[in-house]
Amino acid sequence: MKKGLISVLSSVISILVGLLFGLLLLIIVNPAQAFPKFGEMLTAGVSSAPKFAKVLYQAAPLIMTGLSVAFAFKTGLFNIGASGQYTVGAFCALACGIIFQMPWWVCLLASVVAGAVWGFFPGLFKSLFNVNEVITSIMFNWIGMMAVNLLCMNLLKGGLNIMLPTAWVSSPIKDRTAALSYANPNAMIPKMGLDKLFNSNFMNISIFIAIIVAVIMWVILNRTTFGYELKACGFNKNASIYAGINAKRNIVLSMVIAGALAGLGGGIYYLAGTAEYTIQKVLLSMGFNGISVALLATSNPIGTIFSALFISYIQVGGESLQPVFAKEMIDIIIAVIIYLSAFALLTKTILSKYIRLDKSNVNAEPAPVVAAPKPAEPAKSAESEGEQA
Amino acid sequence: MSEYVIEMLNITKEFPGIKANDNITLQLKHGEVHALLGENGAGKSTLMSVLFGLYQPEAGVIKKDGKEVKINNPNDANALHIGMVHQHFKLVEIFTVLDNIILGAEPNKLGFLKKAEARKKVLELSEKYGLQVDPDAKIEDISVGMQQRVEILKMLYRDNDILIFDEPTAVLTPQEIDELMEIMRNFTKEGKSILFITHKLNEIMAVADRCTVLRKGKYMGTVNIKDTTKEELSRMMVGRDVKFEVDKKPQKLGDVVLDVQHVTVPSKLHSNNAVKDVSFQVRAGEIVCLAGIEGNGQTQFVYALTGLDKMSHGKITMLGHDITKAKIRERSKLGMSHIPEDRHKHGLVLDFSLEQNLVLQRYWQPQFQKYGFIKNKEVRKYAERLIRENDIRSGQGPITVARSMSGGNQQKAIVAREIDKNPELLVAVQPTRGLDVGAIEGVHKQLVAQRDAGKAVLLVSLELEEVMSVPDRILVMYEGEIVGEFDPKKTTVQELGLYMAGAKNMYRDVEQKGGAEA
Repeated sequence: MKKGLISVLSSVISILVGLLFGLLLLIIVNPAQAFPKFGEMLTAGVSSAPKFAKVLYQAAPLIMTGLSVAFAFKTGLFNIGASGQYTVGAFCALACGIIFQMPWWVCLLASVVAGAVWGFFPGLFKSLFNVNEVITSIMFNWIGMMAVNLLCMNLLKGGLNIMLPTAWVSSPIKDRTAALSYANPNAMIPKMGLDKLFNSNFMNISIFIAIIVAVIMWVILNRTTFGYELKACGFNKNASIYAGINAKRNIVLSMVIAGALAGLGGGIYYLAGTAEYTIQKVLLSMGFNGISVALLATSNPIGTIFSALFISYIQVGGESLQPVFAKEMIDIIIAVIIYLSAFALLTKTILSKYIRLDKSNVNAEPAPVVAAPKPAEPAKSAESEGEQA
Repeated sequence: MSEYVIEMLNITKEFPGIKANDNITLQLKHGEVHALLGENGAGKSTLMSVLFGLYQPEAGVIKKDGKEVKINNPNDANALHIGMVHQHFKLVEIFTVLDNIILGAEPNKLGFLKKAEARKKVLELSEKYGLQVDPDAKIEDISVGMQQRVEILKMLYRDNDILIFDEPTAVLTPQEIDELMEIMRNFTKEGKSILFITHKLNEIMAVADRCTVLRKGKYMGTVNIKDTTKEELSRMMVGRDVKFEVDKKPQKLGDVVLDVQHVTVPSKLHSNNAVKDVSFQVRAGEIVCLAGIEGNGQTQFVYALTGLDKMSHGKITMLGHDITKAKIRERSKLGMSHIPEDRHKHGLVLDFSLEQNLVLQRYWQPQFQKYGFIKNKEVRKYAERLIRENDIRSGQGPITVARSMSGGNQQKAIVAREIDKNPELLVAVQPTRGLDVGAIEGVHKQLVAQRDAGKAVLLVSLELEEVMSVPDRILVMYEGEIVGEFDPKKTTVQELGLYMAGAKNMYRDVEQKGGAEA
């Protein structure tokens, strides 16, 4: 339980140091405006219902890509391919909605399958030929993005570019997909009145989908024989083989699941109906932000919910820095926090040196020394995994 | 000058949930061989780590030549001329002997190595102490015994005069052990002081002047070897009388459980076969021991037998089933248990808790899972039973992370897990490696209990004492072949040693005799 606490504490410390650095940067650039704007940035996310809706809206796909990376971490794999899986997931969801006019949940399933396929190949190469999954999945990021660009531009139906707005309305726009609002409103993720509640078009049920998936992942990892096997492979492949576990199969499965999670992230983001897929020249950052989310959460599925919410919150807050500060400022602050989050493990090691694990407390309730935030609670049963990576 | 070269006075070192060293005092005289004896987890390694500056004690002082010193890191220890030969050698496999010796203390001028100077010094040292090495051979190409000589030379090269040997004889042949003892005696004649960590009472009796005994982190006393006996030492260490002989009921041989026919396993390192045409049988109610010096194909044979690796030729039958190509899980279900040689590589998932490790072979059984969900309560209950019955000690019981347990207790956990599976065939590879006499006695008892219960046991061992006392039959393996079969009651250690070193071969004696004598 204390280990859970230490994990949370170490992440919180990374965040605080990152914010402090950001403040310092603001002071250097514009001392007069630094403090008010910094305060605004910190509070923007909860300043109004629509802002908060935006936080949730961005957090949902982040949770998914974060889960994707975290799940693979648990199996000892580094899924740097979340970006590609996210992209093909997004495309298949949109294609399913726009071309085949399917309802939203079929589109989501399509995104899951597409992401899974994109995770399958790196996993297969890893297990059959021991090709490093980092290399293959980076290549698959680019293959995915380029393939999606190509398909968006070239899928014809009745002589028209079916994925582009031109096929649906008279529009000169050629660099993004058609909006679901006119192409197929049924493919949009239901809002269930949440949009009215928050007074924001960004709000839909995707955040709940993401949270439910995170909980399911936690259960799989910590309560099932399958999760036990996956973690055994991740911690010690040789010992898992010795125990008769099919390590090769598990590596593939782990990447398939990781891919499916990232793919679903792409689906829920683009099926919100508020963003269109734009023809990309660089890899989508959502996948890479997933790495930071997973690191910040020390790969705990429940932790990813909170770390994704945080990253999203600070991103929304960053918008309020404009126009006094350049919009790149918030990118720098986020980058620092993310950079430090990579040190979360290091901080954790240092912390565990100072926080003595007392034997008598092993089976007791969490010590009331620090007001442990909620995430510490679920983390307690996952304490053994906190060690990994 | 003080009588003692190193004194560790009233050292206390705590870890979460455990007092590894509790007020321990160790005093090393000039020019003596001082043995440090204790069970697994008694705190020997912790004490040595404190001496090396790897841990800072909560209480106690260290004195060198009567003056108090502070050792914050291994460099400090080195500066005080303290050197150590670790149980697992710390050598760079692809470097030459000379490179390894000078590593970390390279003589140089303006950053350029002065190897000629180093070579001269190494050769002088090796001549002076009779430590034969080839400075240009690569570590991966030389024998374990020579690797150990390299480790010793490393200490000498750094002008260390306090030499620590951590279980140095575990990997040596009987002849090599004798040589090492002689070398140690030479060192003391030169005025060097030796700390000798071991479980083997015979060796302590043979070479040590005094012996300090630890038990469960506590100081039990220091005795003069001249005034003590093996029995007394073991009683001090374990806290009770220990039997050195293994009690066995008269043998009741049953059917053939394991039938190995012409098994050949290719080597991963070179083009030769690691295991060459090995055939034998193990029957119910007997313990067969595969003896030999490390690296003669035992490991590869066991890999093939247990399914960790493929064989290129041959057939293995267990209880009438052909398991030549069977999966590991299938072999396990047929009743094969495997105590692996390398407990960190295969035996344990170190980052799992103890209870998770205890169900590593059975988590999939209905007892522990339903619809794919692990029954945590059952796992806990089962783990608690095994921990209790096998006296597995750890800081936090079932939820202790395996990595934080002492080596001996890790081994106990593995042995408990594999034997509790109630196997038909138990493959035990060095099951007592790193265990103390008390725990060894326990493991031997369990092996014999399996045999008496009519199960088949295949024991792979490097320890001659174990080879002579536990099995009903001994097969000696040399360079991948079985070179002899013995009845432990009718053979001697010297005889076995000759076969293990390849000087004799029961099946080829006729052709070899001429060559070996010449």
